[in-house]
Amino acid sequence: MSVKHSLLAFLERGPMHGYQLRAAFEQAVGDTWPLNIGQVYTTLSRLERDDLVRALPDNDAGQRPYEITDAGRAELAKWFATPVGRNDRPRDELAVKLSLALTTPGVDVRAVVQTQRGATMRALQEYTRLKRGGTAPGDLAWLLVLDAMIFQAEAEVRWLDHCEASLARYAAAAPLPAAESHREVTT
Amino acid sequence: MTILELRDVHRVHGVGESAVRALRGVTLTVGMGELVAVMGPSGSGKSTLLGLAGGLDRPDSGEVAVEGTVLGKCGRRALAALRRRHIGYVFQDLNLLASLTAAENVALPLELDGVGVREARRLALAALSEVELDGYAERFPDEMSGGQRQRVAIARALIGSRRLLLADEPTGALDSLAGEAVLRVLRSAVDRGAAAVLVTHDARHAAWADRVVFLRDGVIVDTSGPLGSPDVLLTGAP
Repeated sequence: MSVKHSLLAFLERGPMHGYQLRAAFEQAVGDTWPLNIGQVYTTLSRLERDDLVRALPDNDAGQRPYEITDAGRAELAKWFATPVGRNDRPRDELAVKLSLALTTPGVDVRAVVQTQRGATMRALQEYTRLKRGGTAPGDLAWLLVLDAMIFQAEAEVRWLDHCEASLARYAAAAPLPAAESHREVTT
Repeated sequence: MTILELRDVHRVHGVGESAVRALRGVTLTVGMGELVAVMGPSGSGKSTLLGLAGGLDRPDSGEVAVEGTVLGKCGRRALAALRRRHIGYVFQDLNLLASLTAAENVALPLELDGVGVREARRLALAALSEVELDGYAERFPDEMSGGQRQRVAIARALIGSRRLLLADEPTGALDSLAGEAVLRVLRSAVDRGAAAVLVTHDARHAAWADRVVFLRDGVIVDTSGPLGSPDVLLTGAP
């Protein structure tokens, strides 16, 4: 998720100053993405430099509101119209870890799978518990962010189940690579 | 207070070379106010566990107790009475009698147990209200959505003195929002003092439980409970 585009989206509702932007960000994503006020101001400076927002006169409290420009609106529209690329997401450490577990001598791959599944399942339980707490219509943005995490965790559990079943089937047909490697190392 | 207890339960289906050891030494306790989800691949023993917990099947060894009564020590009539009074079932579908209204479906177990029609109806209406179906009492099953029918089944499963709800893929035929509404109602029922075992393939649905038990080849291989603080998950902070 892009902080830059999030701020443009909030400013599309109307002019806001830094603290209002941070509050809007927290309301949208809950505690999933802590954003400090320094990041807000740094991002606003860059947006202003690129003519995507413009600063308005300070209010009586000495706070400086910003408003979105036409170029900012165009940038925001482009962002909404562009899908998030798979390569923009962090590499999946878990997939790499399981791959290494399979080929590293002496590693109990089933235990790696079970440990991860237990942790992911607990995470899923906690997301669900949080979701149970929010039912007001105003909570929708936050609930959908929670749903994203819930569906991702569910997918991970399903994939881990698949890994475990594949391991069992593979082990029944042939020794696991790790076991073979282990023999080579120890003999 | 313990509602359901399985102690070192073994169950073998079939005999000789075709025998399948469906459950191998399963021990599980479910207390009042507790929702336990059972997950596992097909053939892992989930449905066998549910059948034994509900007194629909008997273990080859080990004990199953519901509210302190060991099912294996009950005669057929006593077991039938115990099932009627203490245990409710919710399946994936075909839970309700098509010719009865929602209220009549919910009241049916009470009437079979000798409760007067008026009292049974009063309790049925209250139970329908608890599953957020006020105003649906006179609807027939085919006049309700799949999610609403499942909520009626939950109301019936916990009518009267029933405290143990056994659910086998109750959200299996529903879309994600209707499934969630059913789980929300199930969770509320448990929070009001019932105990429930939910068999499901779906981790997202299992996550509504207090504990998730993973079965593989008839053995519990893993149990997960909730974490202490959700903040750890949300922020990634140590």
